[in-house]
Amino acid sequence: MRLGVVNYEAGNLRSVETALKAVGAEFFVSDKPEELLGSDRLVFPGVGDAKAAMDVLERSGLADAVRSFFESGRRILGICVGSQIVLDASEENDARCLGLVPGTALRFPARKGLKVPHMGWNQVEDVEGHPLFDGIDSGTSFYFVHSYYPDPDYEEHRLGATEYGIRFAAGVCRENLTAVQFHPEKSGQAGLRLLSNFMSMAD
Amino acid sequence: MLQKRVIVCLDVRDGKTTKGIKFKGNVDIGDPVEMARTYYEQGVDELVFYDITASAERRKIMIEVVARVAEQIYIPFAVGGGISSPQHMREVLLAGAEKVSVNSSAVRNPDIISEGAALYGRQFVVLGMDVLRDAAMASGYRVVVDGGRTHTELDALSWALEAERLGAGEIVLNSIDADGTRDGYELTVTRMISEAVNIPVVASGGAGRPEHLAEVFEEGKADAALIASMVHYGDYTVEEIKRFLDSRGVPVRLDPLPH
Repeated sequence: MRLGVVNYEAGNLRSVETALKAVGAEFFVSDKPEELLGSDRLVFPGVGDAKAAMDVLERSGLADAVRSFFESGRRILGICVGSQIVLDASEENDARCLGLVPGTALRFPARKGLKVPHMGWNQVEDVEGHPLFDGIDSGTSFYFVHSYYPDPDYEEHRLGATEYGIRFAAGVCRENLTAVQFHPEKSGQAGLRLLSNFMSMAD
Repeated sequence: MLQKRVIVCLDVRDGKTTKGIKFKGNVDIGDPVEMARTYYEQGVDELVFYDITASAERRKIMIEVVARVAEQIYIPFAVGGGISSPQHMREVLLAGAEKVSVNSSAVRNPDIISEGAALYGRQFVVLGMDVLRDAAMASGYRVVVDGGRTHTELDALSWALEAERLGAGEIVLNSIDADGTRDGYELTVTRMISEAVNIPVVASGGAGRPEHLAEVFEEGKADAALIASMVHYGDYTVEEIKRFLDSRGVPVRLDPLPH
C-alpha cells in the first residue's frame, strides 16, 4: 500500500510525515496530480485558510485530481482544513470548495467566553464501531486548532461529535472519503493509531 | 469538552536544558530531546522550548534540537527565544514546531506578530509576555522584557489586547513576581487577561505544587498552565499532576492508550 500525501503549500507537512513514518507507512509527498493519482490511498492535509488553499488547489490541477481520486473509489483521509474543503463551501472568505460532501464549513459563534480558535485537546465522541477509530475509545481527546468547523447537510456524513460552545462534527465521511477536523499527527498515541487504522481499513 | 492543558517548559542553552530561578544562576539539567520524550510518555499536552541564549551561531543548535524533537513526539510544541524575523519563524516551522513564541522582539517591533500571522496563520504566533506588578500602570501590571531586566512603558492589559488585534493566536503570560518562587501562579493578572481577550491564555511562573495548577484553572481562568521545575527535578510526574487535577474536577486529558 502506497500513500500519496497531497502537498499544496498550505502548510508544513513535516509533522504529518514524521507521524506516518512512526506508523510504518509507505508514502510519498507530491504536488503533481499525475503522481498522486497513481497512489493507492490519499492523505489530504490542510492548514491555514480555506480560500487560499482552494485557490492553490484549483490553479495547480490538484482539485481535479482529488475529485477524480474520490470518484475512483480509493480511500482518502482529509485532515483539518482538509475536512472543510471537501464540502461544498466554507464561510471562510466565502470559499467555494471541492463539493465531495454536501455541506458548509461554518465559523464558531461569536460568544463571550468562547475563545476562537478552538485550540487544544478535546474529546471526540460517537465513534463506536467506526474502523478509523478501531481500538480508540469514544471520548478520547485529540488535538484541534481551528476557527471553522465542518457542517455536513446529512447526518450520515457526520463522523464523530465534539463539544465546543456547540456540538459539531469532528469529521466527515462519505463512501471512500473520511476526514477529521483534528490533527491526528499531533494527537499522541491515539492519533498514531488513527493513522495506522486508515492504512488498514478495507477497500 | 475542551481539556485544560498542562504544558512543560524547557529552557535550552547550547542544546541542553536548564531551569533558571528568577532567570539567574541557570544550571544544566539534561538533554531536551530525552526530556521531551519522557514528558510525552507521561501524557504532557504540549511542550515549549525557550532558547535562552539565542545568539546567531547557537540558533543552529536549537533548530537541530527542534528537528530531533519533532521526530520523536507527536504532540504540539512551541519554540521561543530570540525570534525576531519571519525568516527565523520559517526555520522553526520547517524544523517541525507547531508554534513560535515572540516576546521582547514583539515589544520592539509589534509588526512581527502580524507578519507571522499573515504568513503562517494566527495559531502559529504565540505572544510571550513577562509582567511585573506595578501600581503605576492602569491595569496594575507592567510589561518587562529581556527576562525582566528591562522595563517598558507598556501596560500588561493593553499589550495583551493589542497583540490579539495584531494576530497573536495565544498568550503565554509569565509573572516575574511569581517566577521561580514555587508559591503559585499570579492569579489576579491571569484572570484579568484571560477574561479580557478572546484567545487562549497560558499561565506561567510560580508553579510548585499540583494545587497551584488547580487554582490557576479555577480562579485564574487560564486555558493552560506552564510548569517546569516541579517536574524537572522529579518532585512530580505530569501524570500525577493530571490525576490530581482530575480528582479536583478540572477537565484534563487522561486517556487510556489505544488497545
